[in-house]
Amino acid sequence: MPKQTFILNGKPVTVNVNDDVRVLWVLRDLLGVTGPKYGCGINVCKACTSHINGKAFNPCAVRVGDLKPKDRVTTIEGLNETVGKDLHPMQKAWLDQDVSQCGYCQPGQIMAAVALVKKVRREGREIRDSDLDQIRNICRCGTYFRIREAIEQGARNMR
Amino acid sequence: MTPVTLGAACRTYLGVHLEATRIHGVYMSFSSFDNAHSTPDTATAAAGLGRRSFLGYVLAGSTLVVAADLTLARPARGAVPSGVQIPELYDLEDLQTDSAAPTSQLITVTINRDGTASFALPRSEVGQGILTSTTMILAEELDLPMNKVKVTLAPARPELLLNQLTGGSNSTFSTYTPIRVAGALARQKLLEAAAILFGTTADRLTTTGGVISDGLGNNATYGELASSAASQVVEAVEVVLRPPSDFTVIGKPKNRLDARDAVTGKKKFTTDLDVPGALPTMVCRAPEHQGTPKKLNNLARILKMDGVTHVAVVPTGVAVRARTFGQCIDAIREMDVEWNPGTVSGESDSTILAKLRGQELPMVVPNVPILAETVETNVAFAFRSSAALETYSAIADVRDDRATIWAGLKVPILAQQRVAEAVGLAQDQVKVNVITSGGSFGHKLFGDHAIEAATISKAMGKPVKLMWHRADEPRQGRLHPMATSRVRATVLNGQVLSFEQRHTSVTSDFSHGLGEMITSQADELDPLGLGGLSFAESIFTLTQELPYNFGVLTQLLNEPLEFEDKFSTGSMRNIYSPDVCTAAELTIDQIAKKVGKDPLEFRMEFLKSERVKTALRKVAKEGNWGRPMPKGTAQGIAIHKEYKGCTAVLVEIDCRPQTVNRDLGKETVTGPRVTKVVVAVDTGLVINPRGLEAQMQGGAMDGIAMTLTASCHLRDGRFLEASWDNYFYTRQWNVPKDIEVHIIKSDSDTPGGAGEAAVGSTAAAVACAYVRATGKMPAYFPINHGQISFKPKSFIPPVPPSPTNGLKLTR
Ligand code: FES
Ligand code: FES
Repeated sequence: MPKQTFILNGKPVTVNVNDDVRVLWVLRDLLGVTGPKYGCGINVCKACTSHINGKAFNPCAVRVGDLKPKDRVTTIEGLNETVGKDLHPMQKAWLDQDVSQCGYCQPGQIMAAVALVKKVRREGREIRDSDLDQIRNICRCGTYFRIREAIEQGARNMR
Repeated sequence: MTPVTLGAACRTYLGVHLEATRIHGVYMSFSSFDNAHSTPDTATAAAGLGRRSFLGYVLAGSTLVVAADLTLARPARGAVPSGVQIPELYDLEDLQTDSAAPTSQLITVTINRDGTASFALPRSEVGQGILTSTTMILAEELDLPMNKVKVTLAPARPELLLNQLTGGSNSTFSTYTPIRVAGALARQKLLEAAAILFGTTADRLTTTGGVISDGLGNNATYGELASSAASQVVEAVEVVLRPPSDFTVIGKPKNRLDARDAVTGKKKFTTDLDVPGALPTMVCRAPEHQGTPKKLNNLARILKMDGVTHVAVVPTGVAVRARTFGQCIDAIREMDVEWNPGTVSGESDSTILAKLRGQELPMVVPNVPILAETVETNVAFAFRSSAALETYSAIADVRDDRATIWAGLKVPILAQQRVAEAVGLAQDQVKVNVITSGGSFGHKLFGDHAIEAATISKAMGKPVKLMWHRADEPRQGRLHPMATSRVRATVLNGQVLSFEQRHTSVTSDFSHGLGEMITSQADELDPLGLGGLSFAESIFTLTQELPYNFGVLTQLLNEPLEFEDKFSTGSMRNIYSPDVCTAAELTIDQIAKKVGKDPLEFRMEFLKSERVKTALRKVAKEGNWGRPMPKGTAQGIAIHKEYKGCTAVLVEIDCRPQTVNRDLGKETVTGPRVTKVVVAVDTGLVINPRGLEAQMQGGAMDGIAMTLTASCHLRDGRFLEASWDNYFYTRQWNVPKDIEVHIIKSDSDTPGGAGEAAVGSTAAAVACAYVRATGKMPAYFPINHGQISFKPKSFIPPVPPSPTNGLKLTR
């Protein structure tokens, strides 16, 4: 069985599994990294949102064989380390706004929010309402309003 | 459990609430009864103790263990005056609380030697925040910081029977007093132990943050006192609860205790658990709703697939166990299965709707003057999926002599019983662990997932970690039933002479325990006129309340028996209320228009409950009711009264083309946008205002989805939806920019339900606003049900392929 190597939350990992197994299952079922959640498996619900090389991606839609050894995969578990703190400012904002209800969607929401802020900054601007409107992550508990407030707070503290 | 018994050929109920006096302009108000039966005075008087004084128990043990009986929550009731709709005096919460009473056992709080208190809550956390509010209640009576109070979810406790059902927003209401009694008793025993230690009396001591002091330099922690406060024998002790005016924790906004785990990815849901040997397992399901497998033609080929360990044909489909869930999906897509038809083969939305229409109960047109004018509403409500974001999942390890289950379950005892039946074990050989759920909304009232996992584990002889595919949920999962609601009102000289509502619904499945609760209470309910009703009718009667002075007011339910077992149904963040409320409030707007009154002014004039009026006044003021709005936009206002509480909601909607036609890509339903929501809620004593606000916000999102976007389409016995881009629950592009929640200070000393309170009133307010903005009365809800805004995914195979292009879509 092929060896798959990539960098997970700052550390290289190697797993024996076939190329076409999606990264979500490698993370969850083989490596026990369960922060990214399953909500659809077809890149719709965004509950599995994580980062690859600093950008948002959905591991349910990527074959592990398509990862390169240098690819840096960050899940919610490793988000704080990217800023060298106990909590990322976006996680802190989530706590301040008391966003979570059941919490199932929230790892994906936070990872999407961090990537969104970085994306608009790359474009040389700040978050607008229209950016928030286009976030596709589902929250079946309906925490959307607090999510919007938390993203604005988190963005202010991501400098 | 009492088996389900069905009466006549169709379920009908005539609950006529005659208030003929009003027709002649004499208004009777029954609002003074609103809380009469649930005050602590009446509750404790029954027990022969004084105000706020209750009996608790100290249990024998090496550390302090105190207990209280859940029957303490039982409210005393007075006689029922005529002319009052039943929920005004006795609603679903009372029923749940009362049903729990005769069989209830003790709940216990333990003071540990490390100074913490622990309590296993016989309820389920599904996101509603009950672990946080329960911790607050205990922290209050114990005088202990919240981080020293450890509340966990109790596994199935068969002896508790219906005391372990989390539903109908009943939890806090029924556990509030017993938990306080246990907490207060523990504090009292610790004080007594400290008094002996310090050579003083308990009344000279104070407790702060888990430390007892005498003010003279003697201090002892709860941990140090836990052993000396323990008892050798069981004793009954009278304990006095602190008055609400002394509360320092209850009623103060608190963030959720599990929030940090949730935002760091540490919070564990069922599929996150690592149970040895429980490999990923999924089921290949029939194309038709509730279809069953005949045979798998390529077993050998599937068993050879990468990662696959076991395959088993079970009643619900063909199960596959593999090293990863991805490999289960691949195997399901490869399976060649012959299927039996489902339970609604050949049926579609239109045929079911026609059958419902044919079963609508007639209006009993009252004898009104010939000049009276009539207002009619006739609307249909589509099937909706109750799926949470976490799909159904359960871990099962079934052996010859025992079984262990891990799952999110609101009625773990029933699941335990059904699992035992399914795998041929005695109930006490089955251990059911309750895991925090990724949402419920009615979804986790049933134990479908636990029973299926156990069946598969037994068939394979291995532990399994079962997870449903997203596509399985709308197609085979629990649905909120399709219904029609017809309303006819007669009006003369500005007065409403009659208001008749006929709700006709595909059968709601109450086999999760509420049914048993009701039948076990049948005798006691007889004085209220419920005897002889079916479960569904009883629940309808116990929950529906239209608090208006509308003359002859009848709200009747018919669930034709021809739909029995045809659909997998359940409640969805409420049972009947959102639909019933939407149809009623739409009609009220039409009546107001007919008599030339403003919707707010009209409601204020006819409402009979002061609590509802207060809530309505609040949203009207805060939401600036009546402000000028551009053409194509409008405000809407509605109320809902249930669960010993009420809500009023004001919304603003934008139905202008530039909003409705926003193009945000494929399978993205935009449509009219609710731009503002103002909720006022009166739900009795509030434990955690921040949690209550969250529940109102979430409920409002459900209300918006129900009226505007979310439904399932039945075509030829199959449900088309298979993804969150097919089933349009509210998404960020539908979310109002502005949501305000106002909590009304209540006179009530007991907490009411909250989880569902804002759903019906928001759904209704959005519907009313839509009609006012567009001038069109929809025939169907949600309003977009007529068009199918997606390409249906394949039925064979029943799950879509896993995409591979994720690296091209990074952002
Ligand atoms: S599980 Fe990956 S997007 Fe839904
Ligand atoms: S918090 Fe439950 S799905 Fe978002």
